[in-house]
Amino acid sequence: MKLTGAQILMRALKEEGVDTIFGYPGGAVLDIYDELARTEMRHILVRHEQGAVHAADGYARAAGKIGVCLVTSGPGATNTVTGIASAYMDSIPIVIITGQVPTKLIGNDAFQEVDIVGITRPCTKHNYLVKNIEDLAKTIKEAFYIAGSGRPGPVLIDIPKDIVNELAEYISPKKVRLRSYNPTYNPNIKQLNKVVKLLKKAKKPVIFAGGGIILSKAHEELTEFARKTLIPVTASLMGLGGFPASDPLWLGMVGMHGTYRSNMAIGECDLLIAVGVRFDDRVAGRTDTFASNAEIVHIDIDPTSIQKNISVSVPVVGDCKITLNHLNNLIKNEDFGDISQKRKKWFDKINEWMNTMPLSYTQTDIIKPQYVVDKLYELTKGKAIITTEVGQNQMWAAQYYHFDEPNHFITSGGLGCMGFGLPAAIGAQVACPNKIVVDIAGDGSIQMNSQELATAVQYNLPINIVILNNQYLGMVRQWQELFYDKRYSSTGMEHAPDFVKLAEAYGAVGLRASKPEDVERVLSEGLSSKKTVIMEFVVEREESVYPMVPAGASITEMLLV
Amino acid sequence: MTIEKHVLSILVDNKPGVLSRIVGLFSGRGYNIESLAVAETMDPLVSRITLVTKADAPVIEQIEKQLNKLINVIKVNDFTGAEYVQREMVLIKVTAKSEHRAEILRMVDIFRCKVVDVGIEHYIIETTGDQSKIDAILKLLKPIGIKEIVKTGIIALLRDQYTKK
Ligand SMILES: Cc1ncc(C[n+]2csc(CCOP(=O)(O)OP(=O)(O)O)c2C)c(N)n1
Ligand SMILES: [Mg+2]
Repeated sequence: MKLTGAQILMRALKEEGVDTIFGYPGGAVLDIYDELARTEMRHILVRHEQGAVHAADGYARAAGKIGVCLVTSGPGATNTVTGIASAYMDSIPIVIITGQVPTKLIGNDAFQEVDIVGITRPCTKHNYLVKNIEDLAKTIKEAFYIAGSGRPGPVLIDIPKDIVNELAEYISPKKVRLRSYNPTYNPNIKQLNKVVKLLKKAKKPVIFAGGGIILSKAHEELTEFARKTLIPVTASLMGLGGFPASDPLWLGMVGMHGTYRSNMAIGECDLLIAVGVRFDDRVAGRTDTFASNAEIVHIDIDPTSIQKNISVSVPVVGDCKITLNHLNNLIKNEDFGDISQKRKKWFDKINEWMNTMPLSYTQTDIIKPQYVVDKLYELTKGKAIITTEVGQNQMWAAQYYHFDEPNHFITSGGLGCMGFGLPAAIGAQVACPNKIVVDIAGDGSIQMNSQELATAVQYNLPINIVILNNQYLGMVRQWQELFYDKRYSSTGMEHAPDFVKLAEAYGAVGLRASKPEDVERVLSEGLSSKKTVIMEFVVEREESVYPMVPAGASITEMLLV
Repeated sequence: MTIEKHVLSILVDNKPGVLSRIVGLFSGRGYNIESLAVAETMDPLVSRITLVTKADAPVIEQIEKQLNKLINVIKVNDFTGAEYVQREMVLIKVTAKSEHRAEILRMVDIFRCKVVDVGIEHYIIETTGDQSKIDAILKLLKPIGIKEIVKTGIIALLRDQYTKK
């Protein structure tokens, strides 16, 4: 039986196990939407296409599966670009379906025509323009395969309007095989034997975990490895939750706003086992002094990540989970001697760093933003899914909310994209209806996609938006304070909406705390409201995030409070 | 770190947009392209791109890895350090007033080039060879007056299929 392109699309999505799409309709996708309405597919109507992509991103991270969005041609497609770029930087598997003008109009500057395949080429893992209906089913299958395999990432499929209406048999391969794409999952055992040797020799080892741990679902293998070898663990922003923060081996985050002991440990370690990281400049700002006393082992599925920023002694190309599993097997019968005795000096040193400079703040009669996150952690018992906006709010979330499980911290790491947190929270709540989902937001960022409040309310999503309102683009203000003699150029945000009224205008709950003693009450009330809620906290305006490694400085050169 | 010239032979899917992915990768990441030649191989589903670039060792490593990461790239071969044959074809339109005609033809003969077009005041000369031969003939023709040239960009093949550096 022949199907229309729209029917083929919906069937192919179903075969990929897709049950939810985030999208926004328009002329070029009318037929797809017409067909969608006849299926069981759940469609979440966002209020801006950027929101659709961030929501699919949040959904993908919370659910651990591929997120999908559907938008129209032209402006619908261009509105997705920021979301796609963010997902690309963070290696998040999503499939973006864009409508396109009919094939015979392509290239004619037709109404709502843009070359979205050209525009998104550098920020997708791969993309397609479907020119023949016979290719449609196969292309969708390939797109999902590419998005989810190897180092994951966004894949875009551009479908012209006429293709959607043509008829064809549904023919899709059972398995995708591409001669030009074969990710390396299995590590080279020779390299792993070198790692074992280094493990035996090391006196001051550190594990550095990244987003690859979360993406490959390697948290258990990592935990087993660290506990067996008794090696302390730090993580990049993207790696938070990949190792339990309640474990005594946990050092905290590393990098520009990492903990003092993590950064000092990187500076002093003699063996660094980096797993699923890419040594981005927010971690390794100055590369020549980064872990310069250490042999570095780098495990990653993407060969381009290895030897790119940091030169390493033992490169291992492979999937983090499979590789750590191999390592765990290799060391099972190895004798490491009295390991806790051997590590004693190293742990003493780490504890000393911990005691000299723990993460801290002093709560005064003005609400400290850190205190809000602290209380939030306490009240949610560390079980919430946290999304963030970008800036100080994001860093305080990373520092003061402690993650014991993967897929609970959802942030725009690589792109640092303001406006990410609210739509991502929507996606996460759709994926996990029974979880508490909190967007830790700044007053600036929340205004970038606040229209998505309507989406949250429409679908009864009880997401919690915690605005740390410092009336500043705080992180930029902090840089101006530290590096531009306090010349606060265009970072004041005194003109913001009344967030309580804004919430109410959308049919959400709005709450505000202006004094420290209100914090706990507002949080409890908000968290238990079972509705979309904005909790605004009027916080200390000029609080800064510490420690801080200035851009380009050595990791041990931290500005402290 | 020394910057060296590398001849990369890249086999890619013969599909629309693939060249743009390669070129976009080079411009987006700030790599340099000295020359580029593209055409279908014996297998109509595959094209070969011969790309010449200059880079130091870490950068060339990244270039090759980044190329391999593109979904449509089947194979990347860096010929540098291997035994390979390279050729480039050049068409040279040279000013040919009557007093110079004989001299130009002599040079064409010595360099085993061909005159492929004759006009009242010009010749178009076709020449194929490696870089040094092409440089030499251009140098000799320059004083006579070169109006225009066009180069194909380098193409190259390994001498032996199986010798790789
Ligand atoms: C889309 C976008 N535009 C600009 C920036 C630059 N930027 C980084 S942090 C920041 C300030 C964010 O302000 P706010 O949301 O209030 O967070 P705060 O730092 O005050 O917690 C800005 C403007 C960005 N990251 N993303
Ligand atoms: Mg702010």
